[in-house]
Amino acid sequence: MEFIMAILAGILFTTGIYNLLQKQLLRIIIGTGLISHGAHLFILTMGELKTGKPPILTEGVENYTDPLPQALILTSIVISFGVTSLLLVLAYRASQVNGTDNMEQLRGNDYE
Amino acid sequence: MSNLAALPIILPLLAGIVVAFIHKKTKIVRILSQVISVVNLIAVAWVFLQVQQNGSIILETGGWAAPYGIILVGDLLSMTLVLTTNIIAVACVFFAPQSLSKHQEEYYFYSFFFLLVAGVSGAFLTGDLFNLFVFFEVLLMASYGLIVLGNGKVQLRESIKYVLINLFSSMLFVTTIAFLYSVVGTVNMAQIAVRVQEVEQQGILTTIGILFFFVFATKAAVFPLYYWLPRPYISPNPVVSALFGALLTKVGIYSILRTFTLMFNQDVQLTHTLFIYLAALTMLFGVIGALSTHNVKLIIAYNIIPAVGFMLMGIGIFSEVSISGTIYYLVHDMIIKGALFLLVGALVYVAGTSDLRKMGGLIHHHPVLGWMFFMASLVLAGIPPFSGFIGKLLLLRGGLAQDELMIVIVALISSLLILFSMIRIFIRGFWGEKTENPYPERKRKAAKMAWPVAILLSFSVLLGVGAEWFYPTIQSIAEYLMDPQIYIDSVLKE
Repeated sequence: MEFIMAILAGILFTTGIYNLLQKQLLRIIIGTGLISHGAHLFILTMGELKTGKPPILTEGVENYTDPLPQALILTSIVISFGVTSLLLVLAYRASQVNGTDNMEQLRGNDYE
Repeated sequence: MSNLAALPIILPLLAGIVVAFIHKKTKIVRILSQVISVVNLIAVAWVFLQVQQNGSIILETGGWAAPYGIILVGDLLSMTLVLTTNIIAVACVFFAPQSLSKHQEEYYFYSFFFLLVAGVSGAFLTGDLFNLFVFFEVLLMASYGLIVLGNGKVQLRESIKYVLINLFSSMLFVTTIAFLYSVVGTVNMAQIAVRVQEVEQQGILTTIGILFFFVFATKAAVFPLYYWLPRPYISPNPVVSALFGALLTKVGIYSILRTFTLMFNQDVQLTHTLFIYLAALTMLFGVIGALSTHNVKLIIAYNIIPAVGFMLMGIGIFSEVSISGTIYYLVHDMIIKGALFLLVGALVYVAGTSDLRKMGGLIHHHPVLGWMFFMASLVLAGIPPFSGFIGKLLLLRGGLAQDELMIVIVALISSLLILFSMIRIFIRGFWGEKTENPYPERKRKAAKMAWPVAILLSFSVLLGVGAEWFYPTIQSIAEYLMDPQIYIDSVLKE
C-alpha cells in the first residue's frame, strides 16, 4: 500500500512541477495545487498506512494508527487552501492590471 | 514552565486583530500601533533580561510534557533575535505614517505588520519543527498581505513570483518534515536531536539535512536560490521593504543555524563544507548584483545576499568563534538592513527617482540624510569601530583558526566591493554640484523620516562601540549552540 501511495505522490509531484514550468498563470497555480496534494499524501504515507485501526492509544488497543501525520496534514491543508485562494485572487488582479497572464511578459525591467 | 515565552507572540497577535477592526480610523490606529509596539519592545526586553539571568524559559502549551505537546523555547538566542525584531518593528511603525499613503494605512497595514512581527517572533521561539513551518506560514501570509499593499502594476507582478517561490519551498518543507518523521518518529526538535544520534543509517539523515538546508536556503536567499529576492523586495513601500529585508531572510538563517547546530551535526565534514562553498558563491554573486545596477533600491536589496553569505560562512566553519560571529552579524545585519531600506526610501522620496544617474547634490538640501547614509555604508561594509567590523572580525578569526583561507579571502574581497557599491550611492546621489532642490516641499517630511532611522543607526553604533559589553552574551550563546546537550536537557528535563 505504501508503495502505491509513494508512486501516486511521485506522479502528483511530477505533474505539478510540469505545470509549474508553464507560462500561463492559471496552469502554474494548478501546479502548486498538485504539488501540495502530493506533499499531503506523502505525509500520510510516512505515518504508516493501516486499514481500520483506531488513531488512539488506550488500554486494550494494541494496533493503532499514528494520529500525528493526520494532524499535520490537516494544518497543512488549511494553509495551502488559504494560500491557493490568495494566489488565485492575486493572479486575477495581476493579469487584469498588467493586461496579460503570460509569465514571459511579466518579467519586468529595472526602472519602473 | 513559564507563560512568558508566549508573550512576544501573543501581544502583537492580539494587536493585529484589534487593529483590524478599527482600520478606518487611521489616527487612532496609528497611535495605538505605536504605543503597542513600544510596550511590546519593553516587555520583550524584560523577558530577555529574565532569560539572561535565569536561563531558558520553556512553555509546554496545554500542559503536555515536552516530546508530545508543542513547546516554545525562549533561550538566549531566540530572545536576542526577538528583541532585535522588536527594535526594528518600533522604528518601522514610526516611519510608516510618513511613507505610506492614506489608503495603504487604512487597508490593514498595521494588522499585517503586527501579524508579521508575531510570526517572526514565533519562528524564533518555537521548539517544534512542524510548528516552525506553521509560523513560517503565519509570517509569509502577513508578508503576502504587505507586498500587495498598494496594488501597483509592478507590485502585483512581483508579488506573484514571491508567493509562488515561497509556496513551493513551503511544500518542500512539509515533505522534508514527513521524511524526517518517518525516520525519527517525532517533530520535537530536542527529541529529534536525541534520536538522530541513535539512527544507524546516518546517510539518510544527511540527505534529509541537505533537503532542510535547501528549504531554508530558499527563504534565506543563499546561492543559487537567491534569484527571486531582489525584485519583489524593492517593489512595495520602503517600510515594507525594510521589514522584509531586516526580518525575513534572517528567519531562514536562524533556522539553518538552529537545525544544523542542534540536529544535523553528525556529518559536519560534508554538510558544513558545502556551506562554506555556497557562502563564498553567495557573497560573490550578491555583490556582483549590487554593482550591476543603477537602481538604488536594487543595490540595497542585492546587498542582503552577501550578508547572508557571511552568516552562512560562520555556520560552515562551525567553531565557537565563528558561530559567535554569525550571531553578532545576524543582530547587526537585521538592524542595519532595516535602517538602510528606510534611508533609501527617504532618499528616493526626496529625489523623486530611484535611478542613480538622475540624482546628485542631495547633501546640500538634506545633510542629515546624507551623513546618516554615509555612516550606514561604513557600518554595512564593516569599517571599525562599527558593528559590522566586530561581526566580520569574529568570522574571519574563526576562518583563519580552521585554515579556511579561501573563504576568508572571498569575504574580504566582497566586503571591499560592498563598500564600493554603497559609496557609489553616496557619491552619485549625495555629492556633486549643488542643484536646485527638485522637491523643496518634501523637506519637512524627510526630516520626520530621519529620526526612526537615527534610532536604528544609534543601536548599530552602540553594538559596535560597546562590543565589549555585548560580547559575553553572544559568546555564551555560541557556547550553548555548540553543545546541543544543554538544549536537549533543558527541554526534555532528563
